Amino acid sequence: MSKVHVTTTVNGDAVEFLADPRETLLDCLRDHVGLTGTKEGCGTGDCGACSVEMEGVLVCSCLVLGVEANGKRVDTIEGMSDGHDLHPLQRKFIEHAALQCGFCTPGFLVAAKALLARSPDPTEEEVRYWLAGNLCRCTGYDKIVRAVMDAAAEMRQEAA
Amino acid sequence: MRYHTPTTFAEAAGIAAAAQGVTRFLAGGTDVLVQMRAGMVLPDDLIDLKKIDGVDRIDPTPEGGWRIGVAVPGIALGAHEALRADWPGVVEGMELVGSTQIQGRATLVGNLCNGSPAADSVPGLVAAGAMAEITGPDGGRVVPVADIPAGPGRTTLQPGEVISALLLPPRGTAGGDAYLRFIPRTEMDIAVVGCAVNLRCDGDTVTEASVVLGAVAPTVVSVPAASAAIIGTALDDTALGTLAEAASAACRPIDDKRGTIAFRTEVAGVLAKRAARIAHARAKGENA
Repeated sequence: MSKVHVTTTVNGDAVEFLADPRETLLDCLRDHVGLTGTKEGCGTGDCGACSVEMEGVLVCSCLVLGVEANGKRVDTIEGMSDGHDLHPLQRKFIEHAALQCGFCTPGFLVAAKALLARSPDPTEEEVRYWLAGNLCRCTGYDKIVRAVMDAAAEMRQEAA
Repeated sequence: MRYHTPTTFAEAAGIAAAAQGVTRFLAGGTDVLVQMRAGMVLPDDLIDLKKIDGVDRIDPTPEGGWRIGVAVPGIALGAHEALRADWPGVVEGMELVGSTQIQGRATLVGNLCNGSPAADSVPGLVAAGAMAEITGPDGGRVVPVADIPAGPGRTTLQPGEVISALLLPPRGTAGGDAYLRFIPRTEMDIAVVGCAVNLRCDGDTVTEASVVLGAVAPTVVSVPAASAAIIGTALDDTALGTLAEAASAACRPIDDKRGTIAFRTEVAGVLAKRAARIAHARAKGENA
């Protein structure tokens, strides 16, 4: 099986790897690039744990082949904080206890960040619909939704 | 598995025609990758169509309709205001497919070629009279989208043939379309019944109509009797009642945990009425 040379930009850094064309972007990020923050939940696009942005579009990295990322910009959870300074969404997830086991959290954070980039002042309904493709079996979602709303308010510099 | 990135549809069709084993075309990949992972489909040749010029574009046609590239994801359809203004039913059907993440990749053509009887975007395309532009090893042809589905998981495309674009006709004046589906929750589910209605009005009176059902037969079904029930009427209660009866009568659904035959048949009529009302309001320029 001949491998394909893939050149991408991940979180702003130029990254190269050799991918079997059957490998997903998720596999490539975790196994070739060493970025294990992106999680595999279902592997079939149902749970959103593997959410990343490709060219600024929110996708399930389990439903993208690594070779399809050639020449593309990919942003993962590892690019979310500014060094040790957590992103407001990350801080609010901690403050609101919007996680227990934490496995779904990277996917929720990446998806929520994509939402707030296009809709800085979302309604609760909008948040719930946008995040419908992210499954969490611990929290019951309420704390996650509150954390996203609160982070949005902070990012708009309003008190929530 | 060989991964191909042709730069023209003729080249893509040539690769598919010459391939000996299992071949799949790759657009958004939200069905193909799931099938690969499940081991249901293990392609020997995977032909990625996204390097072909124009596949990510939505272009107006000289006739006043739209040409939609095969790799345009749902999120791009939804963001295209002029397309949504012309064909809101087509766009809202596609937008019901999967999650935000799926919308970032999934395409109309993929939804069509996956061959699910419950595909949410297909009834709207059929009701709109959309055409599929096909490129094959021996040239091209253009066929109604309605002629593509052949049964669950099957299409009428021949070996080596690939859909190279979808064509929506000009909207024209006083037209409106709508798509509704029933699912037991609010998001992230497969249609138990889907119904698209496309119509044109003269004042309040319906002059043209097309009623198309999904998830109630092995393929999407057009229901001419349902269309006839509302043509020449102002969608009064009698006409809507006849429409619902005709829609229900056209159902040949499966019976499963997601919906019994009786339930799907009943709901088809209800959705037909509701979708017709929305399409009618849109045709008259009302917000609906």
